[in-house]
Amino acid sequence: MAESRIVLHFPKKLLDQPVISTAVERYKLSFNILRADITQDQEGLMVLGLEGEPKSIDDAVEWMREQGVRVQPLEKDVTRDDERCTDCGACIVVCPTNALAMDAQSREVSFSADKCVACGICVPVCPPRAMSIHF
Amino acid sequence: MSKTYEEINAKIRSGDVVVVTAEEMVDIVADLGPKEAAAKIDVVTTGTFGPMCSSGAFLNIGHSTPRMKIGKAWLNDVPAYAGLAAVDLYIGATEPTEDDPLNREHPGEFKYGGAHVIEDLVAGKDVRLRADAYGTDCYPRKELDSWLNIRDLNEAYMLNPRNAYQNYNVAVNKFADRDIYTYMGVVKKGLGSANYCSAGQLSPLLNDPYYRTIGIGSRIFLGGAQGFVYWQGTQHEPTGARTEGGVPKGGAGTLGTVADLKQMDPRYVVGVSFLGYGVSLALGLGTAIPVLDEEIAACTGVSDADIVAPIIDYSHNYGLNEGKPFGHVSYADLKSGEIEVEGQKVPTTPLSSYVRAREIAGELKDWVQAGKFQLVEPIQSLPGPDNSPGFKLFNNRPVEEEGGE
Ligand code: SF4
Ligand code: SF4
Repeated sequence: MAESRIVLHFPKKLLDQPVISTAVERYKLSFNILRADITQDQEGLMVLGLEGEPKSIDDAVEWMREQGVRVQPLEKDVTRDDERCTDCGACIVVCPTNALAMDAQSREVSFSADKCVACGICVPVCPPRAMSIHF
Repeated sequence: MSKTYEEINAKIRSGDVVVVTAEEMVDIVADLGPKEAAAKIDVVTTGTFGPMCSSGAFLNIGHSTPRMKIGKAWLNDVPAYAGLAAVDLYIGATEPTEDDPLNREHPGEFKYGGAHVIEDLVAGKDVRLRADAYGTDCYPRKELDSWLNIRDLNEAYMLNPRNAYQNYNVAVNKFADRDIYTYMGVVKKGLGSANYCSAGQLSPLLNDPYYRTIGIGSRIFLGGAQGFVYWQGTQHEPTGARTEGGVPKGGAGTLGTVADLKQMDPRYVVGVSFLGYGVSLALGLGTAIPVLDEEIAACTGVSDADIVAPIIDYSHNYGLNEGKPFGHVSYADLKSGEIEVEGQKVPTTPLSSYVRAREIAGELKDWVQAGKFQLVEPIQSLPGPDNSPGFKLFNNRPVEEEGGE
């Protein structure tokens, strides 16, 4: 048995399809949804834990890719250099999970690592380049 | 009742001056009214911290042995302008590294440029200078490759042709079928984001909309140092539409600024990279407005709800000078996180740091209270709506045959 954590990006047209339930049934896996969101681009974004035979996990991932889902391993770590961050806010609109968010009162931009799915979108968007992704 | 600069400066010297930030002044004017506020408050400090592309620094590196009249120069591989006397250089904020891939693979990352050189100098880091020259009888040297540190320079001062835009556009993307990469950041397709860039109620020129107290010679906060306004900024255009309170509903006034780079703090001088656009300098600037009378008190009481900005499409209209704004929106609405554009809800994203703007206004307040920052009456006012030099688009006269006028 193995466990694997992955990030799934669903294009709009797949949003109402039972992709995950079909995949886990087909490949006899159990799963755990760690996070699910609809992004501003109307894409679905899900962080999923899959458990089962290693070969079945690989096959399930392959099958989901064939259905048009973008699959990414969640093995990356994103950090922010707080000294470098100016609280400008340029990142908040590109972050798909609100891991980067602005406090309405203080106007400070917080980074919540637990919400981050390591998509890396913020890294080149942050003007002073305070965000980095580690593999 | 009105006060003079001299009276206020005397209070600064004696430590009796009453200073508040422009943010604090909002409630004071709302509670007491402008008349009483003017009697009570002497100075209102402002601040802004955001990308200011039209910035750069003059450096005099001193004469080498043998002497050299520098022809071309690079600082950390970023070209600096050397078309001046022998060892004077100007490093512009937006100049990318010589071999930067730019937008050849769109969107380019623009990782390093002139603004980063300026930040590194301010932070006291060594910067590599490479230079070449054709050589003359008086300046025989032809090549130079040396480390350079700000402490070894004769002069190092920031001289910025345009800072502190009085107000600015809100950028949206209506027509492109992809996100666009602009100096306003990433603007998301399908009216997916509204990007704005102003400190609003804390912003220097929004608190003095008719430039009554800011002009040539005014002392300012620039990048953590005390500097001055030397001229109106380029594209200074005070004649546009204004609100009832006199606040411009778009771009309008700008400042030309100067200050000693050696006195600056890297916290307020930050090299930034805009994906797909280029390099810029995020710079902190603040002013101290003397509350000479009721009218100035009223102006400094301006709040985010009273200031509006035009919503402009950056996917087509801006680039081609076409179309009209999709209306105006207040900074209070922009700061709520969501606005409505053409009936659609659009999330907002700022580019200028309100946190740091507030910090700058606070620091300047401390300086004034501690007697470290005296106010200067402008030697000459900036052009106002009645005597503006105007603002023209480029007069394009394509060259088809030989000879102009
Ligand atoms: S874009 Fe970068 S500097 Fe700006 S708030 Fe986000 S993390 Fe901080
Ligand atoms: S990598 Fe950046 S953009 Fe992606 S989820 Fe994490 S914080 Fe948000």
